[in-house]
Amino acid sequence: MAYKIIKSQCTVCGACEFECPNAAIKFKGDTYIIDADKCTECEGHFDAPQCVAVCPVENTCVPV
Amino acid sequence: MAQLISLDSLKAPTSARDMRAAISTTGCTSGACGSSEGPDDMPAEIWEKVKDHPCYSEEAHHYFARMHVAVAPACNIQCHYCNRKYDCANESRPGVVSERLTPDEAVRKVIAVANEVPQLSVLGIAGPGDAVYDWAKTKATFEAVAKEIPDIKLCLSTNGLALPEHVDEIAEMAVDHVTITINTVDPEIGAQIYPWIFHQHRRWTGVEAATILLERQMRGLEMLVARGILVKVNSVMIPGINDEHLVEVNRVVKEKGAFLHNIMPLISDASHGTHFGLTGQRGPRPMEVKALQDRLGGGTKLMRHCRQCRADAVGILGEDRGQEFTLDQLPETVTYDPAAREEYRALVAHERGEHGASREAAEAELRSVEKAPARLVAVASRGGGRINQHFGHATEFLVFEVSSAGVTFVGPRKVEQYCQGGFGEADTLAAVIDALEGVSAVLVAKIGEGPTKKLAAAGISASDAQAYEWIEAGIAAWYAAEFAADQGGPAIANAG
Repeated sequence: MAYKIIKSQCTVCGACEFECPNAAIKFKGDTYIIDADKCTECEGHFDAPQCVAVCPVENTCVPV
Repeated sequence: MAQLISLDSLKAPTSARDMRAAISTTGCTSGACGSSEGPDDMPAEIWEKVKDHPCYSEEAHHYFARMHVAVAPACNIQCHYCNRKYDCANESRPGVVSERLTPDEAVRKVIAVANEVPQLSVLGIAGPGDAVYDWAKTKATFEAVAKEIPDIKLCLSTNGLALPEHVDEIAEMAVDHVTITINTVDPEIGAQIYPWIFHQHRRWTGVEAATILLERQMRGLEMLVARGILVKVNSVMIPGINDEHLVEVNRVVKEKGAFLHNIMPLISDASHGTHFGLTGQRGPRPMEVKALQDRLGGGTKLMRHCRQCRADAVGILGEDRGQEFTLDQLPETVTYDPAAREEYRALVAHERGEHGASREAAEAELRSVEKAPARLVAVASRGGGRINQHFGHATEFLVFEVSSAGVTFVGPRKVEQYCQGGFGEADTLAAVIDALEGVSAVLVAKIGEGPTKKLAAAGISASDAQAYEWIEAGIAAWYAAEFAADQGGPAIANAG
């Protein structure tokens, strides 16, 4: 399983890229995207997905 | 190189083009100085740090400009007065920005501005986001700019959560001004302002979140002060939540060695999409802010000249030239030319002398006025410390308190420009009168008969008798004349 970013909601602050333990989040074009192959939902790293925890807009980093 | 125009050009009205040129090359839009801010009132090493910083010295903000670059957009907390989704170029409020820059783009922009705006003395990173949390970008920007423009002052703003880990690096980079936003020292109140924080890889909420944040703000403040870095504390005044409590905040930050305390009124509107905006939380009225500021004071200085500028503001306080320096207007390569800034500094040294002498003369005049009540006077100024703006052209009035003890700055009052294209709008005038609550007189370069009468009906006398005078000298002359008139008999109270 993996997370994705709802582009229309994203403020492009980049906090998720900063916090992702898998370097799965990159700025591409005009928004951030999560590489589903690299995303582990932070299992084994942290109790909660870091992108969800740090994102300033609710329901923007969501399960695929 | 930008051409330098003498400050003398501000004394008399000239063509619109000359006025614009004069504003762009001289002082600030405020005459916000007070004798308490001068070189005689603080240790030499502190004056050396603040004398060119428009935000840390009221005196300096006559002359010097700052610019903010929005390079660090990531944030680690949520505040109820902030919504990261909304942005508008027409808005002027902290955290708002129209374009974000990479550190490389920011360096290019800073050099382009330094070449065009000789007043530039400070580079700040102040949102959107937290400059210390998004540290790698802040650091890369500061290091590259310092290499190109060694004498520029570096300055940053933070919520304080990530501060303790970065204080040593901040000190190493010679950042000698740091602003921490501290809205409360009580976690129960903090929980009403901060819905959550992100710390140690998890989200914290409620009182627990506020406890962590406030503890780290205090630790960061102490660590900065211990390293000789000047700290400004910004507090957002939120009526009914922390307004009374800010007296306690002031006491605590003063005790811990903050240099300056800035009480900022909450800006709240449903259209901003913030929690406070959507729930109808109101911001304070100017007189409420003044009443609170008057209860503080003593020890730590209060910043009263803050314009709550945008996170990509460029120019002297009260003006924003950011739209002239957007990315698409910047040249691909820029080379820094220090000549304009050096020439401007020499001019400022001269002006500071003349203005200082004028202030002293004004104080002497006021001392001769006896037993008169303190009054609030609003001034229209477009820079250089003078009463030099048409009433109808003002987008803000500078309010001063005057008594026989002297002239002190109270704060700017923003208004909508009354006169557009020569026609005054009745609705706008009513709003201007509303914004001038508590003010006895308005001193301007020029004012029409219509607005003069309407102001008089609202109990505000308007005058252009002090046009193009230094602000303090003009206010002192008005006050002395007003008092002399009062001595002639209680003409108003007993008339008819």
